[in-house]
Amino acid sequence: MNAVRPAFLALLLGTAALVVPAQAETIEVTIDRLAYAPAAIEAKVGDEIEWINKDALVHTATVNGGAEVLLPAKKSGRLLLQEPGSFDYICRYHPNMKGHVTVRP
Amino acid sequence: MTIRLTTVAAAIALSLGGNWVLAGDKPTDPQIAHIAYTAGVLDVEAAKQAIATSKNKAVVEFAESMVRDHESVNKQALDLVKKLNVTPEDNDTSKALSQAAETKRSELAKLTGADFDKAYVENEVAYHKQVNGALETLLIPSAQNAELKSLLETGLKLFQGHQQHAEHVATELK
Ligand SMILES: [Cu+2]
Repeated sequence: MNAVRPAFLALLLGTAALVVPAQAETIEVTIDRLAYAPAAIEAKVGDEIEWINKDALVHTATVNGGAEVLLPAKKSGRLLLQEPGSFDYICRYHPNMKGHVTVRP
Repeated sequence: MTIRLTTVAAAIALSLGGNWVLAGDKPTDPQIAHIAYTAGVLDVEAAKQAIATSKNKAVVEFAESMVRDHESVNKQALDLVKKLNVTPEDNDTSKALSQAAETKRSELAKLTGADFDKAYVENEVAYHKQVNGALETLLIPSAQNAELKSLLETGLKLFQGHQQHAEHVATELK
C-alpha cells in the first residue's frame, strides 16, 4: 500500500497538470479616435483586458449594470475577467463607443 | 479679406441647411484654429451654465462631458498652435459664433427646470450639427497643416459623438 501511494499521487498530479487551464493572457484593446479596436474580443475566465487609451480624452469601458474601468487620457486600464458570459460595453462619456467581450469558461 | 471672411461666416450659417457648395475662398490655418478653439470655448460656457442651472442628471452628465472633452481638445489645440508657432486669428466666423452663443445664453438664462433642460439640449444638438457641418465641408478641407487637419478630424469624430449624445438626451426629455 505504501508503495502504491506515491504512484497514485504521481498519477493524480499528472492528471491535474493536464487540466490546469491555459496560461491567462492579456488581451489588448486600443482606443484611438473614439473607437475600440478590435471592437469585439474573445477571452477566457482569468484573462485580463487592457484598454490602451491613445486619445487625449477621458474614456471608460462600462458594462451596463456591471464593471467600469476609467481610462484617463493617454493612459491604460485593466479588467480581470472573472465570469463567463457575453458582454456589451460602452464608454459612459461617449455612448456611441461600443465594444463586446465574449468570455469562455 | 473682408469678403473672404464673410464667405466663411456664410458657410457656417448655411451648413445647417447642408446644401451649401464650397466657395473658392478658404479660411487660413490661423483662422481655422481660432474658429475651432472658439467653438469649443463657447460650448464649455454653455455647459457650465447648464451645470449651474439644471437638476436633471442626464443633462448635467452630458454638460460635464462637454466641459471635459472640449477642454481637452482645446488644450491640444493650444499645444499645437504653440508648436507650429501659429497665432490664432480672430475673424468674422468666430465673431458670429460668439454673438450667437451670447444671444442663446441670455435666452436660456430666463428659463428654469424642464424648460431650460429642453432648450439647452436642443440647442446642443443644433450647435454640434452646425459645427460638424462646418468642420466637414469647410474647416477640414481648408486646413493646410497635416497636424491641424488631423486634430480637426479627431474633433469631428468627437463632436459627432456629442451630437448623438445630445440627441439621445433630447429623446429622454420628451
Ligand atoms: Cu469615451
